[in-house]
Amino acid sequence: MKRKTKYVNYTKWGYIFLIPFFITYIVFSLIPLISTIYNSFFENYMSGLTQIGPKFIGFDNYSSIFFKSELPVYLKNTFVIWMMGFIPQIIFSLLLAAWFTDLKLKLKCTGFFKTVFYMPNIIMASAFSMLFFTMFSDAGPVNNLLNSMGLPTYRFLAEVAGTRGLIAFMNYLMWFGNTTIILMAAIMGIDTSLFEAAQIDGANSWQTYKKITMPLIKPILAYVLITSLIGGIQMFDVPQILTNGNGNPNRTSMTAIMYLNKHLYSKNYGMAGALSVILFIVTCILSFFVFRYITKDRFAEKVMKRKRGDSCEN
Amino acid sequence: MKTRKKHEKLMLNSQRGFAYIVLVIISILCLFSFYILIINTTRSHPDIQKGFSLLPGKSFMNNLKNLLANKQLPVLTGLVNSFFVSTCSALLATYFSAMTAFAIHIYDFKFKKYAFAFILMVMMIPSQVTALGFIKLVRDMNLMNSFIPLTIPSIAAPIVFFFMKQYMSSVLPIDMVEAARIDGAHEFRIFNQIVLPIMKPAMAVQIIFTFVASWNNYFIPALLLNKSNKKTLPILIAQLRSADFLKFDMGQVYMLIALAVLPVVIVYLFLSKSIVRGITLGSVKG
Repeated sequence: MKRKTKYVNYTKWGYIFLIPFFITYIVFSLIPLISTIYNSFFENYMSGLTQIGPKFIGFDNYSSIFFKSELPVYLKNTFVIWMMGFIPQIIFSLLLAAWFTDLKLKLKCTGFFKTVFYMPNIIMASAFSMLFFTMFSDAGPVNNLLNSMGLPTYRFLAEVAGTRGLIAFMNYLMWFGNTTIILMAAIMGIDTSLFEAAQIDGANSWQTYKKITMPLIKPILAYVLITSLIGGIQMFDVPQILTNGNGNPNRTSMTAIMYLNKHLYSKNYGMAGALSVILFIVTCILSFFVFRYITKDRFAEKVMKRKRGDSCEN
Repeated sequence: MKTRKKHEKLMLNSQRGFAYIVLVIISILCLFSFYILIINTTRSHPDIQKGFSLLPGKSFMNNLKNLLANKQLPVLTGLVNSFFVSTCSALLATYFSAMTAFAIHIYDFKFKKYAFAFILMVMMIPSQVTALGFIKLVRDMNLMNSFIPLTIPSIAAPIVFFFMKQYMSSVLPIDMVEAARIDGAHEFRIFNQIVLPIMKPAMAVQIIFTFVASWNNYFIPALLLNKSNKKTLPILIAQLRSADFLKFDMGQVYMLIALAVLPVVIVYLFLSKSIVRGITLGSVKG
């Protein structure tokens, strides 16, 4: 009797299941990326109703966006507003994460607080910003409230500090809950025997926090910092709606992506391309660190294995 | 000894009290704007102009009626459009990301390592930096004012993929797939009938996340949609912002914001537990 053995090669299924992702990615992300880079080398804009270009001009768009446009100012704005939101975000997240995970403190209703703190994150940023615009406008509820309490009113959207402060405050509200939950997971991942040992040695909670928790969550803090910075570069919805796209007062709250949006709207494709490429490169550099962080454990494992192998050979 | 213990207890209690005060203050900061929003949807325009109030009015239905009858803002179409686009992209992103994760997790092939590394590398690239090429492509394909460029690209969602891969590594042993193969199941059937049910919890969380992301998306849709019957809610909000604000009925303004925000909030409140759990799974290793 002849037995028919049928070997099925499953390798091809790996490729087949990857097809939808890669085709979609190539068509809707990779080709646009290449076309963006390509366009950044062409003079191509609308002057009134006449189309100028496209004409190849090498790196001229880059030099004019760096030296003749206000991009450096807008990048600075973006960075300043991001910092104003990030500093309170990280401080409160560290504090809240420490409290929520503190076994001695045993806080109640943590589920409720976590739900409330994360909620602003799922809100439509543009609607949230519109809400703040109406609330903090000159005759809005907040100024009404200040007025009725006998306090002086404040023209939030006419002052640099007021406008930037509001944007930063919204960013803070939208992201501190997310950061708190990530840091909590990190703290809960720490080996509990370390905390027990510290307790036996008589360390108080501040000492434990400083000597055990902080050093061990440092990599995650770096991860939070960099992902937040990448998000900060993309800051758009909130300032766009709050200032109606003009970054007032005096364009001090104009962010880099708002500037890009302006060029895309006015069909100034050369400049938009150069600006996109610059932002792309900056994000790539930052992403590299995130990539390293995500894949680090795997690399570490490999290094360990190799080292062990070496010692065996010796 | 006894006094020391007493002292410690006192310290702990005061620390706890302080913690609760801070937590309550932050909660108020989070909820205050939503409270004002909800209150103001129930107040009429003259009431809102008159001043601040913590108590609701009686004009909720009136505001809603006026907003839906507003000819300048196609709110109802906006809601339907937003809902359609978000549902489609949520389903596509979740299903195909699970499929991509399945391919990387279960099969062994030559380029697997590179494919995985590639997806992780492009994960953080924001859609804004490729927007120029994207708009040009959409224009060349004649798809301006169509929902295709807002839904189909979600098939390739690196972040959703990463989450699925993380989850799959912890719940799907390869033996299970092999057992199904011995039973003669086809690879597609294994994925659809065995893997997907196991992935249900992760799928549910990701459907919500991708739905919310798409529902809130403003940058790309604003560049692609300019016909009033195609606009989604964020575009209508931007339109309202750029309109002559002083002439507007404030009751309607608050009502539109509420319509944009509340559906997501309601779903969130029902599922917050699994959502909060989901954040940690997707963002941090281990």
